[in-house]
Amino acid sequence: MFTDILTIIYKEWKEMFFARSTARSGLLGVAVIVALLGIFMPFQNGRDWLTTPLLILIWSWLPVFLTLGMVTDSIAGERERHTLETLLASRLPEQAILFGKIGAAVFYAWGIMLVSLLLGAVTVNLAFPGSPAFYDPLVFAAVLVFSLLASVLIASIGVLVSLHSKTARQAYQKMSVVFLVVWFIPMLVAQFLPEEIKAGLSARLMTLDLNAVLTLGMLILLAADTVLVLVCLKRFQRPNLILL
Amino acid sequence: MNYAIQTHQLTRDFGSLRAVDRLTLEVPAGQIFGLLGPNGAGKTTTIRLLLGLLPPTSGQVRVLGMDPLQQGEAVRSRCGALLEHSGLYERLSAEDNLDLYARIWRMDAASRKKRIRELLEGLGLWERRKETVAEWSRGMKQKLAIARVLLHRPPLIFLDEPTAGLDVPTAAALREDLLRMTAQEGTTIFLTTHNLSEAEKLCAQVAVIRDGQLLAVGSPVELRTRAGQPRLQVFGRGLNERALTVLQSQPGVGGVKFLNDHLEIALKEPAETAALVKLLVEQGAEIEEVRKSTASLEEAFLSLLEENHVH
Repeated sequence: MFTDILTIIYKEWKEMFFARSTARSGLLGVAVIVALLGIFMPFQNGRDWLTTPLLILIWSWLPVFLTLGMVTDSIAGERERHTLETLLASRLPEQAILFGKIGAAVFYAWGIMLVSLLLGAVTVNLAFPGSPAFYDPLVFAAVLVFSLLASVLIASIGVLVSLHSKTARQAYQKMSVVFLVVWFIPMLVAQFLPEEIKAGLSARLMTLDLNAVLTLGMLILLAADTVLVLVCLKRFQRPNLILL
Repeated sequence: MNYAIQTHQLTRDFGSLRAVDRLTLEVPAGQIFGLLGPNGAGKTTTIRLLLGLLPPTSGQVRVLGMDPLQQGEAVRSRCGALLEHSGLYERLSAEDNLDLYARIWRMDAASRKKRIRELLEGLGLWERRKETVAEWSRGMKQKLAIARVLLHRPPLIFLDEPTAGLDVPTAAALREDLLRMTAQEGTTIFLTTHNLSEAEKLCAQVAVIRDGQLLAVGSPVELRTRAGQPRLQVFGRGLNERALTVLQSQPGVGGVKFLNDHLEIALKEPAETAALVKLLVEQGAEIEEVRKSTASLEEAFLSLLEENHVH
């Protein structure tokens, strides 16, 4: 099973990074993100980039977008390109295909995040000389765990959405709507809250224990991931993938 | 007899539509078996049921002695399938496509390399192995898809319209390869096709389905014989109305008519062909050529569809 999962990851990455027609856009996308998170943002924020937890916690959502694009293409896109049925006619177990596709998207996004953060630390130390500095270990670990869990969440939702989408584009559009509801609408609503309510909420947030908030957030994400992966396992069956 | 595929009353419904209707088939091992039928007859659904990609609504299936639903992985491990579409990753090269499937079939690195070279060289694609598949013609893609099917030397192969879109020489070469495989390696091939002359050349047995129902099964010769009376086509000069009247009065003759440049005589079995020719000569006809034939598979196929047409 593990070998089969690796085979699918190998296939997904090969198509994304080493296929002649897509390699340029795939590598360019990675380069832009790494440059933004690993060079531009640390350079803009200076040593605060390493010492202010909220800065990198906010950016830890970035892998979610990377996961989103890849996972929708890997299932709905395969169906659209008529390669999925042949893959399903092979000996591969459904679970291996599912975990391979989720794994390819998640580790791609998470790997970029990890590389960007490490490059960010190098950038800060080179651009702002002083005593060597690194992220707070707890915050660094939290960012890595958060981005991993958030990526798994989006990948699982992406799988479920892809099961009901005829094309990658349709899946991506549906996912964008989900994203809008889950992420952007609360942020938009927060913008229009009266000043006194915003000030009250800020004051409340300042009093919260960051560690407790992070732990709670992670537990919620972990629970959501577990439920969604189990739902994916139940739904990711050959008949459901072929018939739409 | 050893059967590669056995189905009994196999049925698959999609809502109110019955795609496969109580299909009972036995496909002997080591043969090429053709499933013929018009569009929407249930051919692709049948292949999906045999590969365990869909569960049947009712009925039983055994493929290589196993139940594809309960032992799906084991069945698919021993099968190769070229389905409706080639299933190739067009962004990858030909070599990478085969390498991926060789990994899926758990072939080690050395065997992968050797087998890929052997197949690509055999199909004349080795020199272009590094090219992206998207750049290839449909014929080349189809050949590559066939190579992918053969990669792990499966004992049972499913081919859905394997020569569709191929030019005549490529299709002929592919047919040769398929015949060679069954002869040399004892591979069983289950193919669907619209091309009846192809089915006639390749298949030891064919089954005709329509609306998911089995209309007939047998060798192409059996189906042709079953479809209609044998015919005699007589070419020559002096084939006049008098000769036609004399022939019509003969006990072994079902009917006589002029068709373009020849006389077409429908025979009742057993008919004395030589006696009929002699009679024509006695009537002053100068015979140049005589052909005795049964209905073509195409005629047999159309006749079966006509007979079983449900309004």
